[in-house]
Amino acid sequence: MEGGVAYEQGLNLKATELTLGLPGTGETEGQGGVRNNNKRPMPTSETNEEESQALKAADRGSTAPAAKLCRAQIVGWPPIRSYRKNSLQEKKDSEGEASGMYVKVSMDGAPYLRKIDLKVYRGYPELLKALEAMFKFAAGVYSEREGYKGSEYVPTYEDKDGDWMLVGDVPWDMFMSSCKRLRIMKGSEARGLGCGV
Amino acid sequence: MNYFPDEVLEHIFDFVGSHKDRNSVSQVCKLWYRIESYSRQKVFVGNCYAIGPERVAERFSGLKSITLKGKPHFADFNLVPPDWGGFVYPWIEAFARSRVGLEELRLKRMVVSDESLELLSRSFPNFKSLVLVSCEGFTTDGLAAVAAYCRQLKELDLQENDVEDHRGHWLSCFPESSTSLVSLNFACLKGDINLPALERLVARSPNLKSLRLSRAVPLDVLQRILIRAPQLLDLGVGSYLHDPDSENYNKLVTAIQKCKSVRSLSGFLDVAPHCLSAFHIICPNLTSLNLSYAPGIYDNELIKLLRHCHKLQRLWILDCIGDKGLEVVASTCKDLEELRVFPSDPYVGQAAVTEEGLVAISRGCQKLNSILYFCQQMTNAALITVAKNCPNFVRFRLCILDPTKPDAVTQQPLDEGFGAIVQACKDLKRLSLSGLLTDQVFLYIGMYAEQLEMLSIAFAGDSDKGMQYVLKGCKKLRKLEIRDSPFGNAALLMDVAKYETMRSLWMSSCEVTLGGCKALAKRMPGLNVEIINENDQMEFVGGCDDDRQKVEKMYLYRTLAGQRRDAPEFVWTL
Repeated sequence: MEGGVAYEQGLNLKATELTLGLPGTGETEGQGGVRNNNKRPMPTSETNEEESQALKAADRGSTAPAAKLCRAQIVGWPPIRSYRKNSLQEKKDSEGEASGMYVKVSMDGAPYLRKIDLKVYRGYPELLKALEAMFKFAAGVYSEREGYKGSEYVPTYEDKDGDWMLVGDVPWDMFMSSCKRLRIMKGSEARGLGCGV
Repeated sequence: MNYFPDEVLEHIFDFVGSHKDRNSVSQVCKLWYRIESYSRQKVFVGNCYAIGPERVAERFSGLKSITLKGKPHFADFNLVPPDWGGFVYPWIEAFARSRVGLEELRLKRMVVSDESLELLSRSFPNFKSLVLVSCEGFTTDGLAAVAAYCRQLKELDLQENDVEDHRGHWLSCFPESSTSLVSLNFACLKGDINLPALERLVARSPNLKSLRLSRAVPLDVLQRILIRAPQLLDLGVGSYLHDPDSENYNKLVTAIQKCKSVRSLSGFLDVAPHCLSAFHIICPNLTSLNLSYAPGIYDNELIKLLRHCHKLQRLWILDCIGDKGLEVVASTCKDLEELRVFPSDPYVGQAAVTEEGLVAISRGCQKLNSILYFCQQMTNAALITVAKNCPNFVRFRLCILDPTKPDAVTQQPLDEGFGAIVQACKDLKRLSLSGLLTDQVFLYIGMYAEQLEMLSIAFAGDSDKGMQYVLKGCKKLRKLEIRDSPFGNAALLMDVAKYETMRSLWMSSCEVTLGGCKALAKRMPGLNVEIINENDQMEFVGGCDDDRQKVEKMYLYRTLAGQRRDAPEFVWTL
């Protein structure tokens, strides 16, 4: 492959090209590294989305800063069919609402509830650690047979059917899709849910 | 040749299948033209405005199947306003009037109204096959008409259409006597489905080979359907949410085991991934797998599934597969010919695959000839390696999510990388570019891409020379679409006769002016030069002002039908 030879071998057309830019701009930084000044401005990887959209709007030579634009996207980019784009977006929206990514967490005796985003956690250990930190309690050790052994508090959740279940029994992604809210139950009430106190 | 009876020629022409070849045959002499014309059964019209339906019906009196494409390709990405055109109704109406014995209608990017579907279903008693891809304008009421009145319907294939859903009763409109279905794809429908009607339909369709379900079809129905239709070759799973310990799941496993013929699998629109193992048993038979609508399948479950797919020839997947996942594909799917990797999070602008995944694939999959790859970044070195490993590309489409991103390592433009691709891949017919690109890449394309038929350019090039290299060098170019690139009138007007050898040219957000477009239209009366003037941005003034008005969107195409009469107000035909 010739690389930059076409430019360098005497036919340096770029150097003799009429441009509106200052002489010397736009070519010496390696091939096409810096763009010619009179070209249609394009978003670069350094500029943030808003700025790039402002650049785009400020075309045809006008330098007036564009009005503040919300969530700037290049129209039609990336080039995927709107059907596909919409269906992925719908999926994200529905995941956000119905299957409880943000769930309320209540603790018996606490004056107010909290809310956490289940998506943030990769599994039960992380979730429990976060809950323990948030509410200042210790959940104990989970086992399938005995539930949370050695703890005054037990993490439970309400599933899609409205039943109160022990956190940790089902695979994590099933838990994520069925958990509607969390409740940290006091040990005395949790008897029967496998609390080993 | 003149003393062959017509029937002999006709019989010989029967063996000539592709429309390109038949077009060539028809140009040999008047006799061949006549015979070829009345014997051609399948007609392909790449641009529905290139010719009028009456003329098609008149020339091809034996027409049974027609493929029509409407809107320009960039309409898929919202660059064409709604109501631009591409209506199928005039075609159906004209064919009905001319008593065409229509059996098959295949449409892409067209506006299909319920009225046209109703007219279709009532006008052609032998109608067998309806395939709609990326179309819009119809509702499930139109589908109900097709189901009810197309007595011989074999195929109803809806791919990625925007359908307004008026509930699921359309499925019940298939009469009880209808047993001819071979292919049914309603995966793109969003509403509820009449599940009992679906089960009954499957039960009375012994020839059913292809079934793609929508999200509304749950696990237990899927299981019963599979029991009824173990002969399926192509299955699209709708909803796949369930408890792995349930009785339903066990029944499903049994049902899937009986489906030994399934070669193509898709769907999983809603999925509980840890239950995918039920499908592992049919994976070794699969030649085609489309998981590009299943963002719920990723990481371990996805890898586990793919490891079973040794015979895969076609794979459509989301980028959450990651570079590591692509390495698994490269080591498992040695027969892979086509790969598409779509972005799972297009709004955020981050892709989970890079040049490494592409290189891995090229090393492992020597038969690869078609790729669509959305990625975070690319390098020249990677593209050069890919070109060396896979010189058989026919379609090469690369989309870096940041459209002007340079080589991720050297910060250079990607000219050399794409240059290597076009030089190595002598059969390359379709190419889409992205990343930081100068005029140099177009020099390479003009020099080496001799078979190139379709080229898509975005945010690339420095000057008119770029486009000129392409127009001069690519002799077989049919479709050229360009957006946001600094090509202007000098390029546009360099070789106006060339556009009559092409299907169409699209230029948006470039440097062409109204004056340039008008000049082109004047010199080439055989072209429709359309300006899309949204938001009344432009004034059709005339005079020297024309050269100051840049044209935001221009679409030109060759046509025998003259200016189209259905253009909306915002479309000017010059």
